[in-house]
Amino acid sequence: MSHLAARLWRHRGISGSLLLTPPMGWFVFIYLPALVVLLITAFWTVNSFTGVIERDWSLDNFVYIFSSHTYRDIILRTIVMAAAVTITDVVLAFPVAYYCARMASARIRILLFLLMLLPLWSMFVGPMYAWRIILADQGILNGLITSVGLSPLSISYSNWAVWIVFSYMWLPFVVAPTYAALERIPESYLEASGDLGGRSWRTFRKVIMPLAVPGVIAGSIFCFSLTLGGYIVPSLLGGPGSDLLGNVIFANVGAANNLPFAAALGIVPVVVMAVYLFFARRLGAFDMM
Amino acid sequence: MNATNAVSDNSSPEDSVIVRLQAVRKLYGDMVAVESLDLDIRRGEFFTLLGPSGSGKTTTLRMIAGFERPSGGHVELDGVDITDVPPFNRDINTVFQDYALFPHMSVAKNLAYGLEAKRLPRKDINQRVDDALRMVHLEDHAGHLPGQLSGGQQQRIALARAVVNQPRVLLLDEPLGALDLKLRQHMQVELKRIQQEIDTTFIYVTHDQEEALVMSDRIAVFNKGRIEQMGEAVELYERPASEFVANFLGTSNLIDLDGKRVMIRPEKIRLLVGTEARPADSWHEQAATVQQKVFLGPSIRYLVRLECGTELLALEQNVTGFSNASAIMRGSRVRVAWSRDSVYEIPDTNR
Repeated sequence: MSHLAARLWRHRGISGSLLLTPPMGWFVFIYLPALVVLLITAFWTVNSFTGVIERDWSLDNFVYIFSSHTYRDIILRTIVMAAAVTITDVVLAFPVAYYCARMASARIRILLFLLMLLPLWSMFVGPMYAWRIILADQGILNGLITSVGLSPLSISYSNWAVWIVFSYMWLPFVVAPTYAALERIPESYLEASGDLGGRSWRTFRKVIMPLAVPGVIAGSIFCFSLTLGGYIVPSLLGGPGSDLLGNVIFANVGAANNLPFAAALGIVPVVVMAVYLFFARRLGAFDMM
Repeated sequence: MNATNAVSDNSSPEDSVIVRLQAVRKLYGDMVAVESLDLDIRRGEFFTLLGPSGSGKTTTLRMIAGFERPSGGHVELDGVDITDVPPFNRDINTVFQDYALFPHMSVAKNLAYGLEAKRLPRKDINQRVDDALRMVHLEDHAGHLPGQLSGGQQQRIALARAVVNQPRVLLLDEPLGALDLKLRQHMQVELKRIQQEIDTTFIYVTHDQEEALVMSDRIAVFNKGRIEQMGEAVELYERPASEFVANFLGTSNLIDLDGKRVMIRPEKIRLLVGTEARPADSWHEQAATVQQKVFLGPSIRYLVRLECGTELLALEQNVTGFSNASAIMRGSRVRVAWSRDSVYEIPDTNR
C-alpha cells in the first residue's frame, strides 16, 4: 500500500490521469459521439409516407426551420425567454448572494441556502404543479391580488408563467457562483476603498462589481443554457403561443417521430450557447479560473 | 472646541498633538481588546505601536483609521473629535498588512483611486501618481497589474497608494511582515527616508522590536490591551518600566541581586580570562563557568553560570576573529564583569 502511495507520489501524472479517467471517458465515449450523431442525424430526413429515416445528406431540415415563421418565432422566443430569465435571476441573485457572502451569520447563510436549494431537491414535477395552483386564474396569486382591491391577472399558461417559473427554478444556479465570487473578495479590499475615500456606491461599482463579474457570468451561463433546453416548464405551465425549443424538440421526437428534424432543432441551442460562451470569454469571465 | 484652542495655544507647532486618544476602549463581547487608552501622538513623528499578537495594537490602529468603532472614549484628529466619522471622511490613509491592492486595476489606477474619489482634476491626479511612483522607484510599472509585481514591489505600491493622498496621518499595519529579512531591513530604512521626505506623521504597528527600534521616534509597548510603557527607543531599552518591556525589547538578564529584581543587558557583561583585568576598579566582578557558546558572526553569545547557580547571557563583539576561537570554550572558567551603571532595578510592576 505504501509502495503504491510512493509510486503515485513520484509520478504525479498517474494520479492526475486516475482522477480524470472517469469523467474523460464519459465525455469521449458517450457525450461526444452522441453530439456527433445528433449533428449527422440533422442532415437526414424522414420519408413522410413511410416514416423511415432516409440517410441522404440534405439541408432540408435547416431550410425548413429558418424559412418557417413558426420555427423562427420559437427560436426567437426561446432566446428572449432565456435572456429574460437570466437577467431576472442575476438581478434577484446578486443581493441574496451579497447578503449571504458578506453580512449573514453562518447559521442564517445555511438556512438561506437550504431554502433556495429546496426546489431542486424535491421532485422536479412537484413544484410545477404548485406553481400551476399559484398562477391559475382562480389561484393563490390572484386571490392575494383581488384581496387588496386590484383586478386579477391572467398569466396562467402563458409566457409570463413560463418566465416566472424558470426564474424560480434556476435562481440557485446563479446565486451559488455569484456567492462564491463575492465571498472570495477580502474584507481588506473594501476597507482599503473606504480608507481611500470611496463611499459604499463607489466601492460597489469599482471594487465589488468587477470582482463579482466572473461569478455572475458563470451563473448566467447555467441559467441561460438551462432555459434554452428546458422543456418541462413550457410543457406544464405554457399554453398556446409559449412553445419553446425544448418542448418542440420533445414533441418532434415523441409525437411526430421526426428524429432528424428534432436533431436539427437541437443544433440551434448548441450554436446559441457557443456564441454566448464566446462573448462571456471576451468579457473575461474565465480569466479568474 | 475649547480643547482645540488649548492644544494650539500651549504647544509649539512641532510638538503639537495630531492624534489624541482619550479613554478609548474596545470590547468584543466580554473580551477586552483595548483597555481605557490615553495616547498623544505628535505632529510629524514616527510613532510605533509595538506588542505581541493580541495585545491590542492593531485594534488601536483600526480605531484611528475608523474601521472599528471604540466601545468608549474619543479619537481626535487635529483637535477635532472624529470618533463617529467614517473612514472615507477621515484625512488618514492606511497601508494594509496584505497590501489590499485592487487586483483588477493597474498600478496607476490603484494609486489614482483615492484622488479620483476626491474628484481632483485629471491633470493633478496624473502628476501626483507619477510623483508617488518615482518616490518608491516604480515609475516603470504604472501599467502593470498588482499580480505581476513581486512582494516587495507590491508593498511599495501599497505605500505609494496611501502617500499619494497626502494624508495628515499615515497608518501602517505590519506592512513589512510578508517580506524576507534582507528586503525588510532595506524597506525599514526606505520607510524612514520617505517619512522624513514627506514630513507626515506615521503610526506604525509591528510585533518586531528591531523594526521598532530602527524607525521610531517614540514607541508604545502594548501588552494585554494596555500600554505598558511609552517613550523613545533608548528610554525603553535602558529603563524598561516592567519585566515585560525588558523582555520584549531585546534580550535581558533578569536576576535577583541583593534582594532586588534587576536587569543587566547581555552586551554590557564582559568576559575576562586569565589575568585580564576588569575595565575599571568600580566594575563588579564574579567567577563563572561557560555553559554554552554560540557564534553569531558579528558577535558571540555566551551562557555562563555564576557560582550561586544563576545563569547569565553575555554578548561579546567578535573583534578578535579566529584567535579568540579557542580562548573561551564550553566549560572554561572565566570571570564576568559589569559596570554598576549597567545594573538597572526594574520598578515593582504589581501596581
